[in-house]
Amino acid sequence: MLEISELTVSYGPVAALSDVSFKAEEGSITAVLGANGAGKTTLLRALTGLVPVKKGSARWAGTELLGHRTEELVRLGVAHVPEGRGVVTELTVDENLRLGALWRKRAPDHGQLIEEVYGLFPALAERRRRPAATLSGGERQMLVIGRALVARPRLLLLDEPSLGLAPLVTLELMKTVRELTRRDGLTLLLVEQNAKSALSIADEAVVLNIGRVVLSGDPQTLAADDQLRHSYLGF
Amino acid sequence: MSLIEHRLPGAKSLERLRSQPLVWHLLLGVLAAAVLYLLTSSVSFYDNTIIAEIAWYAIAIAGLSVLTGGSGQISLGHGAFMAVGAYGAGLMMEHFRLPLVVPILVGIAAAALLGTVVGLPATRLRGPYLAGVTLALALAVQDLPTKFSSLFNGDSGIIVNQATPPGGVNPQRWLAWISLLAAILTMVVLANFMKSRFGRALKAVRDDDIAAQAAGLNPNRMRVLAFAVSAAAAGLAGGLEALWGGIVSPNSFSLFLSIQLLAGMVIGGAGTLIGAWWGALALVYVPQWTNSITSHLSSASTVTANLQNAVFGVLIIVIMMAAPSGIQGWLRAGYRRLRRRPSSLASALSPPLDLSSTSTPPERTSP
Amino acid sequence: MTLFIDLTLNGLSYGAIYAAVALGLVLIWRATRVINFAQGALATLTTYVAASLLDRSINSWVAFAAALVAGLVFGAVTERVFMRPLYGKPELNPVVVTIGLLILVESVAGAIWGSTDRGIAPPGGVSQSGIILGHTYLDFSAFDIFILGSVIVLMVLMLVLFRWTSLGLKMRASAFAPEVARLLGVRVGRILTVGWALATLAGALAGMLVAPLVFLSPNMMDPMLVYGFAAAVLGGLDSPVGALVGGILSGLGISYIGGYLGSSMETVGAALLLIAVLSIRPEGLFAAAKARRV
Ligand SMILES: Nc1ncnc2c1ncn2[C@@H]1O[C@H](COP(=O)(O)OP(=O)(O)O)[C@@H](O)[C@H]1O
Ligand SMILES: [Mg+2]
Repeated sequence: MLEISELTVSYGPVAALSDVSFKAEEGSITAVLGANGAGKTTLLRALTGLVPVKKGSARWAGTELLGHRTEELVRLGVAHVPEGRGVVTELTVDENLRLGALWRKRAPDHGQLIEEVYGLFPALAERRRRPAATLSGGERQMLVIGRALVARPRLLLLDEPSLGLAPLVTLELMKTVRELTRRDGLTLLLVEQNAKSALSIADEAVVLNIGRVVLSGDPQTLAADDQLRHSYLGF
Repeated sequence: MSLIEHRLPGAKSLERLRSQPLVWHLLLGVLAAAVLYLLTSSVSFYDNTIIAEIAWYAIAIAGLSVLTGGSGQISLGHGAFMAVGAYGAGLMMEHFRLPLVVPILVGIAAAALLGTVVGLPATRLRGPYLAGVTLALALAVQDLPTKFSSLFNGDSGIIVNQATPPGGVNPQRWLAWISLLAAILTMVVLANFMKSRFGRALKAVRDDDIAAQAAGLNPNRMRVLAFAVSAAAAGLAGGLEALWGGIVSPNSFSLFLSIQLLAGMVIGGAGTLIGAWWGALALVYVPQWTNSITSHLSSASTVTANLQNAVFGVLIIVIMMAAPSGIQGWLRAGYRRLRRRPSSLASALSPPLDLSSTSTPPERTSP
Repeated sequence: MTLFIDLTLNGLSYGAIYAAVALGLVLIWRATRVINFAQGALATLTTYVAASLLDRSINSWVAFAAALVAGLVFGAVTERVFMRPLYGKPELNPVVVTIGLLILVESVAGAIWGSTDRGIAPPGGVSQSGIILGHTYLDFSAFDIFILGSVIVLMVLMLVLFRWTSLGLKMRASAFAPEVARLLGVRVGRILTVGWALATLAGALAGMLVAPLVFLSPNMMDPMLVYGFAAAVLGGLDSPVGALVGGILSGLGISYIGGYLGSSMETVGAALLLIAVLSIRPEGLFAAAKARRV
């Protein structure tokens, strides 16, 4: 279980997260929703040590995540796909995937894991020797998710995977994400501004507004609440 | 209470003055001239030559600072523009008998011309690419006098006659006056330039090329202009250096000079005109101090011969690490900290009226 | 015709040296967006290390290797001590620190070893006299061949490192996307140190290669740095291949200009050529293609 409590982050004098607390069951998908600037990205970056935390804790499977250096988190089974996709455009598709296996010094299975990703996303397999700069938006998203899988995480943090994707592509992507999390028993924090598609695959949902948790609960109930949808989710 | 009422009108007119850059800068300039006049009259002749040296360093650094602070470009070859200014002025003085302003202006024009010519291709270059070109330029200009020896008299250089002061004034003092006057004028012009519509547009171009373009500015023209203005300042510094040194030779304009100017700018604080003076003071006094130390030292001659540069190098490194925005940035931060936590004495004396918070916009000190 | 051949050969060996310097600059630029102006000074220092060993009659190959190892060490120390505190500060600052370091290191070298020129023999007594091919004497010695060979070996090793090893992959990822690299467990700080070490090794090689051609003195590498920098700019600062091509082209260009127009035209010609090339290709000959925006 991932248990976040009283997480507080500020950029200078500006508070970006105030006392954020929620839990995510192991093997579940938790959608983290909220308008632009609500603090969703900050939440994920705080979990992986990319921004300093003022107070609070985040326990994952009995270990405290906060206070570790970013480089160490992958060793604790955490994979974070940052906002804006995080494809290294100067490297080839294959090299991007190999990056995922680097942390396990002699990962004997990394070739096999990479082949598995190619099996999942045939579009990538066709382009494995090409620079990642030549991929389309959807392909890039497949690439970073695939790369995260090669790192063999238990906890996956996805920051706005649907950003800039066509609705159909988003739909496909969400289906794939759900299948993958179920298959590997991953715990997923799915940060989305596109609340509708995220709610469609989530087990739980948390809504942030100006750095605070304003609501959490069952996705169906949230999606049905008109008032809520209008004020925080924008659909 | 009466104190506040008494002060308010004065404060208001000060505010009004500051909102008119030209008047304000001229006022500051006249004030500085008065102070410096008193200074030059009260120090020794030798110190007057030092003052002249500080003045031309400050001019050159200020020019560089406008380029870096204003447009975000860096030049490793400003010594080249100084050389052009010095040779331009020197040749005029050698061949014609003209009032001093004319050769100096010719030097400035020559440097500005070269600045424009180099600035044209430089508009397309970014960061280190421009640094590479200016570095190559600094080396090339150093070799030209040898190549065209008949005109420039090769490595021995051309002799520049001392400026003849009007009746009775000591030549060193006269030199200090000329240099300081030129420096003050330069500062006024550059300060105005930066505060002008043009200077602001330049900063807009520096901060966001594409947005500035969308706002109807022509980034390339701006950059060429910044380069030309900056080169002109260096040309003036070169002309003054020629007067100061009495000779114009390639040795005075080695690559090391360009590097010194860049270091002086960053030590003082890139993008600030006052910082240029800190930088100039450092360039002049640090070698003097180390020389006076080494003269008392009895260590190996190789050590004493290299101590001056070693200290200079250490100084650059330490300032960059301890005060990343240079001396001026450090002073400013200190001043701001003082103001934010006013001591009981200060708050008792001064009215609760914040004059300075509206004065200068926060300045970025780096590109 | 022999003049042309001689100038070409001479340009090739100097070009190889510029290429090594340029490679060092490119490696650091790619990883940390810093132009390391201290690279030449550090190379001078490593050459002095070798010279001190030679003075103690140590085998010249050992001295040669020691210079390279010293390059690794000096590079790592420079990154750790001088660069690390400056990441995230105004981007001009680390560059100026390298300039301060250049001045400091050269004066330290002068203080320890004096400022007088001294000769350095090529390692292993490799001959420096020209070779006779048929009936023509060529101004190209066994040592020139050694220069070209060792720079080629350096380039190939670097290529292999970058393309086919996981250290190389880590280095490239750290350079292009440090945050992504860290999230995937790459210790970017360490990788940067390794990058500076390797880059300074390239400089150290250049120092050992040029010392027998000129003389060893505290500012021996100043012109090498300037031409190496010009070569790197010419080739494109982000491209190791560009460093090689830029180096060779600069070497040839400067050699021809010096040979046909007189040595005082070398710098002028080099500056004009640089301006001309950059006017057409502002980011060098091997500028990376712009990434597709999505
Ligand atoms: N590096 C930063 N420096 C200062 N403020 C920031 C920074 N990053 C984000 N913020 C601010 O923190 C708040 C939360 O931002 P973010 O976490 O990116 O929101 P979201 O991902 O939900 O759109 C916003 O008000 C944003 O402006
Ligand atoms: Mg976000």
